[in-house]
Amino acid sequence: MGSGSARAGLPEFVQPLPIGPYRSLNPTTKGVIAVSEALIAFAVRGWTGPLAVLAALVLTAAVARLGRSLLPFLIATVPLTASILLVNTFLFPGATDRIVSIGPFTPTWTGLTAAVQATLRVVAFAMSVAVLVLTTRPDELVADLERRGAPRGVTFVIGATVRTIPRVVQRAREITEAQRARGLDTEGRVWRRVRGILPLAAPLVFGSLNEVEEQTMALEARAFSARGHRTPLRLFPDGAGQRGLRWSVALGTALVIVLSIAGTLAFLP
Amino acid sequence: MALTMTGVTYRYAGTTQPALADITLEIESGMVLGVVGANEAGKSTLCLLAAGLAPATIGGRIEGRVEIDGLSTVATRPSVLAQRCGILFQNAETQLSGTAATVWEEVAFGPRNLSLSLSEIVERTDWALDILGIETLGPREPGRLSGGQAQLVALAAVLAMRPAYVVLDEPTSQLDPQGTQLVGSALQRLAQETGSGMLVVEHKTDLLASIAERCIVLVDGRVVTDGSAAQVLADPRLEEWGIEPPAAVRIGRAAEAAGLQDLLLSAVSGRP
Repeated sequence: MGSGSARAGLPEFVQPLPIGPYRSLNPTTKGVIAVSEALIAFAVRGWTGPLAVLAALVLTAAVARLGRSLLPFLIATVPLTASILLVNTFLFPGATDRIVSIGPFTPTWTGLTAAVQATLRVVAFAMSVAVLVLTTRPDELVADLERRGAPRGVTFVIGATVRTIPRVVQRAREITEAQRARGLDTEGRVWRRVRGILPLAAPLVFGSLNEVEEQTMALEARAFSARGHRTPLRLFPDGAGQRGLRWSVALGTALVIVLSIAGTLAFLP
Repeated sequence: MALTMTGVTYRYAGTTQPALADITLEIESGMVLGVVGANEAGKSTLCLLAAGLAPATIGGRIEGRVEIDGLSTVATRPSVLAQRCGILFQNAETQLSGTAATVWEEVAFGPRNLSLSLSEIVERTDWALDILGIETLGPREPGRLSGGQAQLVALAAVLAMRPAYVVLDEPTSQLDPQGTQLVGSALQRLAQETGSGMLVVEHKTDLLASIAERCIVLVDGRVVTDGSAAQVLADPRLEEWGIEPPAAVRIGRAAEAAGLQDLLLSAVSGRP
């Protein structure tokens, strides 16, 4: 039985699949929690914001039994977090409390502190996205937003963006293979790879733009611009408890952010 | 009731040269009209005009009238026209919404846009999948289909809108022989089992010969010949116009040239 209520006549495979207490929450509730976590991680100054969010995310991930599936999301942050750590630790403006001198480089405690805090924020953000994506199918979130009356243009953009990414990646792979077959070097040293990307960009961009025009016409031919709300296929659980949870999380987040900006939370580390 | 074009001339935005000139044609319910022509002859433009997407969605200037069951395509909203005339493009991938988790939901995308009741959506979706013989694809992910399967799903999505007319713009051009056969036999079934009027643009004249009753040939945006499919597809000028005749016609001509016509006729008829 699905986490959403079975609607008359719908094939069983259209029903959402429930696995565990967190996954079977209403998609919008999970969306609100993810957005709140990301906002708190970035908006609350010091260690408290990112560490509190990370603690909540670790707990959520454990309940949802995500485990190793979070790893790719964490690995994806490595280039960004590595550059944050290096730039802040070695080049933090105005910092003089050096840790050690390594030739012309002088890492500072102030820079390192800022770097670790920024890294924790990025990791918290990535994990909040990961927990949402791994526990909620994009079409479930879109379907629930539609049911709530969100404009179909908005929900379409959310759903199509998420689902278009694999197609763009596939197209990039095909163009790379085609360019390579014609003698273009896309492997080896970094500079060679950069040069290899340039001929890839034009067909990828123009091909995608061409597809957009045809896709627009195809959508028109399927009455996408019709008036009124789209008929929802699924209904998701949304009792008073979940509504209360959503409002509490949203209002609590707004309050914490306002207090942080006003400096009232300055006593927190 | 019919899809009609009367004296239609169409120019794309920013151009002075017409892409189509003085087109007059009529497609009645249940009739299959084949359209052939070389590249740049105006076939795709004809499809966009017939479905009401030109000039409503892509702009341009139109002279003459295009009407679907008496509704002018210029004066009617595209979402209303979508329920009267569906269109299938060459590339199946771009026609799929990209938002559905399963084929079934992809096909249900259009009916859902019309705010129909759930039971009506289920009925239309099941019917569209069933009529094309692809009901088993229902639970599959749309992004993981073969080219032929994806094109059939796109066609099912069009049919679920229950249009009285269907416009098919080279539906098999990007398919391998197996995919072409799959779509071809589905079109034959569709032509036989539904009362939809169909306008089929197709380079593969063998396929047209098997489904179309009438055919027109477009050259430089103008209709140069119009008649029964058998007559038009056997027209000796087809190759001059850059169109390959069906295999049966080519074999017949080759046999005639080799003086083997009688032998061929007896082989076909089974008489000595």
